[in-house]
Amino acid sequence: MSSIKVKLKEKDLNKIKEICKSFNNEEGELINVLHKTQEHFGYLPAEVQEAVAQGLNMSVAKVYGVVTFYSFFTMLPKGKHPISICTGTACYVRGADNVLQEFKRQLNIEVGETTEDGKHSLSCLRCVGACGLAPVVLVGEKTYGRVSPEGVKAILEEYKDK
Amino acid sequence: MEKVKLTIDNKLIEVEKGTTIYKAAKELGIDIPVLCYMNLEDLGIENKPGGCRICVVEVEGRRNLAPSCSTNVEEGMVVHTHTMRVINARRTVMEFILSDHPKDCLTCAKSGNCELQDMAVKLGIREIPGQEYAEMSEYKVDFSPSIIRDLDKCIMCRRCEMMCNEFQTVGALSAFNRGFDAAVGPAFEMDLVHSTCTYCGQCVAVCPTGALTEKDHTRDVINALSDPTKTVVVQTAPAVRAALGEEFGMEAGTLVTGQMVSALRRLGFDHIFDTDFAADLTIMEEGTELLGRLTKHLSGDKDVKLPILTSCCPAWVNFFEHNFPEMKDVPSTARSPQQMFGAIAKTYFADKINVKRDDLVVVSIMPCLAKKYEAQRDEFKVDGNPDVDFSISTRELAHLIKEANLDLNTLPKEDFDKPLGESTGAGVIFGVTGGVIEAATRTAYEVHTKKKLEKIDFEELRGLDGIREATIDFDGTPIKIGIAHGLGNARKLLEDIKSGKSEFHAIEIMACPGGCIGGGGQPLHHSNSEILKARTRAIYQEDAGKPIRKSHENPYIIKLYEEFLGKPMSEKAHHLLHTAYFDKSKKIEIS
Repeated sequence: MSSIKVKLKEKDLNKIKEICKSFNNEEGELINVLHKTQEHFGYLPAEVQEAVAQGLNMSVAKVYGVVTFYSFFTMLPKGKHPISICTGTACYVRGADNVLQEFKRQLNIEVGETTEDGKHSLSCLRCVGACGLAPVVLVGEKTYGRVSPEGVKAILEEYKDK
Repeated sequence: MEKVKLTIDNKLIEVEKGTTIYKAAKELGIDIPVLCYMNLEDLGIENKPGGCRICVVEVEGRRNLAPSCSTNVEEGMVVHTHTMRVINARRTVMEFILSDHPKDCLTCAKSGNCELQDMAVKLGIREIPGQEYAEMSEYKVDFSPSIIRDLDKCIMCRRCEMMCNEFQTVGALSAFNRGFDAAVGPAFEMDLVHSTCTYCGQCVAVCPTGALTEKDHTRDVINALSDPTKTVVVQTAPAVRAALGEEFGMEAGTLVTGQMVSALRRLGFDHIFDTDFAADLTIMEEGTELLGRLTKHLSGDKDVKLPILTSCCPAWVNFFEHNFPEMKDVPSTARSPQQMFGAIAKTYFADKINVKRDDLVVVSIMPCLAKKYEAQRDEFKVDGNPDVDFSISTRELAHLIKEANLDLNTLPKEDFDKPLGESTGAGVIFGVTGGVIEAATRTAYEVHTKKKLEKIDFEELRGLDGIREATIDFDGTPIKIGIAHGLGNARKLLEDIKSGKSEFHAIEIMACPGGCIGGGGQPLHHSNSEILKARTRAIYQEDAGKPIRKSHENPYIIKLYEEFLGKPMSEKAHHLLHTAYFDKSKKIEIS
């Protein structure tokens, strides 16, 4: 077996090195480094985690352990128009789960996944402080209130050509 | 040191501040049950994540039960270790753990030797309430050449993670995911073969369940033994004879060399040989290489690579190929005893008994799991036929013996066959940390100084400290020797050399705690370091009892050189007994 090779673009690798350096290449800063890195790349694919591990001189297994432990970190790219469904108590009792199921069905993806065309990703969040509008759905920065499963189609139509 | 007084189960005790309740109770002879906790005293190996909660105890005035493995004692503390509340809590914890654990005990490789099973028996678990609400995590089984990982059986004790990261600094394993899906494995859930795993097997040695086990080759061995067209040769590593007895209820440290030989003969092996013979051969090659480099160095040659590093330990070889590829020219090129034996058996010995290479099967009994990986390396094959066909662990041999309805306790002592079964005390001590370098010193001293050693035992090279140093006087020339066991200690030693902090002429490295006697293929020590110490004593006892204790005096080694190899480091020896190393480090490339 020859050496293990990981491929990255030069500017991406330099960016990761820069982030690691800004935290003094300290292993204890892993979470902060991952936050900054995800902020830059949008997600944390395997190659990026390898470079972070090298930058902080730690094992990539540990980096992966942290990435999979905290739900904020993701290894999949977010869609162009990320969809978040509130499953907080108020939204949940007003039928958020049915709305979620309808999004899953129409987009043909699971929570945490992104559509093949990269347009939409699906995630759940807890309470956006708009319980009066329950159930609430966010698409990008835009908020939709009192969403019903029947209304899902219309929301997706809006982004058809965007 | 400040002392603390407390009461445990109505008994008063005074212990040092900072002691855990678990350890204080142990001093009183109270053995609180533990599952994730593990402690190999004297080796500085301790795992106390406080995760499983089996060791909970009741502390008066405290609302919650306290995990005794990770709660420190306090002045005036009143502890109860087996109240009804404690017992019920332990049972509930156990039921939770078992709810997410497969129930295939009957066919599990760990059955009968499983700490989880033992705990279930101890706590009298008969049913698992709420089983229907548990989510069974499902992972595909990872079959590497040495280790099998079945993460469905992982209970997140994190002992393997501690061994892999802290003791070995290999960093192949880490906990990932959370909740029911949590498990321990390499990054991105890839297979071990794609990770930095060295196959040292220390994760297997400490796993309390069937999550981590060895790749079992006992069926292959039985098939070879049943094939009338095959001549089956077996070699047994030094550390096996000092531990195999434990599998048959004998006290740790009982030497079973003779009984092991007779068991192998009754199992149907055609020739029972000893890896110790190949260890003597290793000394001839490695010792000559060391003296060659030393002589050049002493005569002022600046290009000579020193220190020479031993290369007997396959996990160590994997480790430097992954982590120190820039040093791949530094270790001795001598193959390990297992591989030297295979190469000689399939050439010299096969010719002697007039058997074709393809009809000769070489089985090795090893205390080691990395040996399984080593045996299948391409460098050790001739036209696809490996020098060593199957490498099985001490535990697998015990299974074979029991399966054949043999009992080591009642078998007579028998002798190894000739010519590859004759060995010296120097070959035996290969099984313990410091042993390879002591064996090399015995020979190198006499060859270099042309004088007889007055004292054969080099006490200064022995012991259990992770990193040891000694200077041996070679008749006026001081030779500096370094020794490390455990790959984390090896890493420290190598980094000191790289930074110029330390200088040595020769260094011995073994990957496992205590050397091969603590190997990943040995009977499980269940966190009792006394067992490792007893095995070490047994190895030195075997050495002391040998009529010949220096490798270069082994008459069959002398004969092998006369009849076949010529002299150490000859062209033939180079071809059959030496190897090369490869860069396996991880490289980030620009695309």
